[in-house]
Amino acid sequence: MDLVPPGDEGAPPPPPGVYLAVRGAAKSYGAVQALRGVDFAVAPGEIVGVVGHNGAGKSTLMNILAGTVQRSRGDFTIAGKAVGEWSPHEAQRHGLRCVFQELSLCGNLTLAENTRVIHRSLRGPGWRRRAGTLIRQQLDMIFPGHGLSVETRAIELPIGARQMAEVARAFTETDAPVRCIILDEPTSALGHKAASQLLAYVKGLPERGIACILITHRLDEILLVCERATVMVDGKVVAERPVARLSRPTLVGLMGAIEAPHLPASAAAQVAGRPPVVDLPGRDSLDLAIHAAPGEIIGFAGLDGHGQRERLRALYAYSRHRHRQGRGPAVAYVAGDRGAEGVFGLWSIAENLTIRSIRTLRRIGLISREAECDLAREWVARLEVKAPSIDTPMLSLSGGNQQKVLFARALASDAEIILLDDPMRGVDVNTKQEVYKLIRREAEAGRCFVWYTTEVEELTNCGRLYVFREGRARTELLGAEIEPARILETSFGGRDG
Amino acid sequence: MGEASAVTMAAPPWQRWRSLAEAGLPFAALIVMLAVIIDIRPAVFSYFGFTLLFKLTTPLILAALGQMLIIMLGDIDLSNGSFVGLVTCITALFLTDNPGLAVAAYVALVLAYAAFGLLIHLRALPSIVVTLGMSFIWLGAAVMLLPAPGGLAPGWLSGFMDWRPPLLPLPIWAAIVVALAGHLVITRSSYGTILRGTGDNPRATARAGWSVVAIRVAVYAAAGGLGVLAGLTLTGLTTSGDANIAPAYTLIGVSAVILGGGSFTGGIVSPVGTVAGALVLSLAGSLLSFLQVSPTWQVGAQGGILFLILAGRVLLREVPQ
Repeated sequence: MDLVPPGDEGAPPPPPGVYLAVRGAAKSYGAVQALRGVDFAVAPGEIVGVVGHNGAGKSTLMNILAGTVQRSRGDFTIAGKAVGEWSPHEAQRHGLRCVFQELSLCGNLTLAENTRVIHRSLRGPGWRRRAGTLIRQQLDMIFPGHGLSVETRAIELPIGARQMAEVARAFTETDAPVRCIILDEPTSALGHKAASQLLAYVKGLPERGIACILITHRLDEILLVCERATVMVDGKVVAERPVARLSRPTLVGLMGAIEAPHLPASAAAQVAGRPPVVDLPGRDSLDLAIHAAPGEIIGFAGLDGHGQRERLRALYAYSRHRHRQGRGPAVAYVAGDRGAEGVFGLWSIAENLTIRSIRTLRRIGLISREAECDLAREWVARLEVKAPSIDTPMLSLSGGNQQKVLFARALASDAEIILLDDPMRGVDVNTKQEVYKLIRREAEAGRCFVWYTTEVEELTNCGRLYVFREGRARTELLGAEIEPARILETSFGGRDG
Repeated sequence: MGEASAVTMAAPPWQRWRSLAEAGLPFAALIVMLAVIIDIRPAVFSYFGFTLLFKLTTPLILAALGQMLIIMLGDIDLSNGSFVGLVTCITALFLTDNPGLAVAAYVALVLAYAAFGLLIHLRALPSIVVTLGMSFIWLGAAVMLLPAPGGLAPGWLSGFMDWRPPLLPLPIWAAIVVALAGHLVITRSSYGTILRGTGDNPRATARAGWSVVAIRVAVYAAAGGLGVLAGLTLTGLTTSGDANIAPAYTLIGVSAVILGGGSFTGGIVSPVGTVAGALVLSLAGSLLSFLQVSPTWQVGAQGGILFLILAGRVLLREVPQ
């Protein structure tokens, strides 16, 4: 493997022909460091690929360049001029455009009207016609045969067509010429044909002096169109290489340069032979069936949003159904999006913790306050939740302690199968270690865990992994195969793609 | 994912018909109501009859358009009616003798609206709460100024509202002019596009370099301005001020916007539809009188008409996927 220690290979000082450069750019959100001092430069007409795992800081860096996020530290020059406060408007005036990962069209507006939104000079009589012509010509140029009408409202279009319109919109020019385009996962929503049309167009940009920063999980696209690739890990740039000297395996290897304390794989691999409590068939022949036995810790790996959560939800519905029919054990779900799906903010810890177990706390049909408090006290003590009392409202707890209560809710219940939906997001390291230990102990006691997480290191707690790609469970990894580099490789579609 | 997103573009024709029917709903309701009224009392079908029938619609239309601007941003304004009441008090008390003071008060009121818009934006407060609070402020201020209905509108204002323009009665001219102006500014102009876009997806317009704060403040100020106009025209019609004259404007305004094709989610509003909606709702009362429904039942029956029309809209709407 071609490892580069972080920070060792700082970018050379930007060449004279540089269009845009940042040095030591950093961004922190509270205690979380999203970007820890990044050097990055783009020359006019250069095509740079940026790769890295989820949370590596790519999107933060692009948001800083596009002016939608203010950097906490670092220098920024554009066209040779130093930049202080930066805003989307300023970025556009300097010819810098960005196509964000989540769509930024207004659904109630037509494509022509959406084009007007990014061009201040499209006003006065006839603006609608001019905007329509602009976006139609650009669509024709990038996606010949697109079949889109510019008078359609964005909301009426399927997601792929919206993505096409947004990409085309970013290339339209009125008063300020386009100098550089940032494309954040532009092809993930596009069909095969549109994706190759876009890549062909991007390949031709240097001739017109337009630079492009391409962020994508599809490594082949980087190898196909980029001149240089930047690899980011953990908020830092760990490597910058000309693409000519790169191959898929080297790129994946560079991304695997994570300083992860390698935890011993749990002993769960030895439980094979027990009858499974979960056996959910895949959607088609490419999709593996999910099965799990008591005492196992199963991981759902892969890049964010490749169908893991959907499968976890399906698993929950399936297990609940079986339990109701008396054919399987009880199941509990620990939500990762605490605010939206987990916590009753104004309820006390005790109420939050026991809601999954209310049936067992009934005395003559009513909830016994005493039994409720006993159960809550027991689990608050076992998980060492830091709170003044069990009557404290949930929202006054820190994120880590809220998450502990959500874990306790599942563990205090009668559930034998526990589904974890990326539960450690925004939780501090110590709490994580405590919860890992707890999960392993509960598994040894015979519970079955299915754990979806986007953090690669966390998966080393699992005895077996399903790696998801494009909505399907594509690969199964066992025991010693579970290590970051191998997980990344399979997430990106293997050495040969 | 991936390959599955093959692209099929054109909206099916039935969808077009449906949205056309939805847009035409308030107009159809208006025509049906007028037909029933004229059938009962043919004398209404005259310059004079229409003047009487539509007399009180102008201030309601202006207030409804103010409400429409707020709903366009995805907010709601529950203070609209008591604000109009406050303006009638100020107008009746000061505009005749001390026009400078009255104008200063109008400006202050518009600025106050803008300030509340700023507050709602900066603190991410729900507009329903803030504007409910505002409604009590407006009402309290109006009662302090004018504890019992009274004062006198300046002669030129009442004179203007009594003016008989050629061809059509004044309220109808006013409705047409205001609807066209709203259509040009909100639906057709390039800046109106930004406003509607912000109502749908403020993040998208912010990313395109527009200041969402400035947009919100400006829209709230404009809504305040329309409220002032509504109060002025209402005072011209009633010739006196009354703190409690227009509380119904708030909810009738909201109904007019929704009836006219607007949506609470923001971004989707129609000025022409809102004007038609306001006309329909003010006609509903007259229609019931012509049908000789006893006053005891009128409020309930008015609610029934509103329910029927809005239910029609819901039935015509596309089912969200």
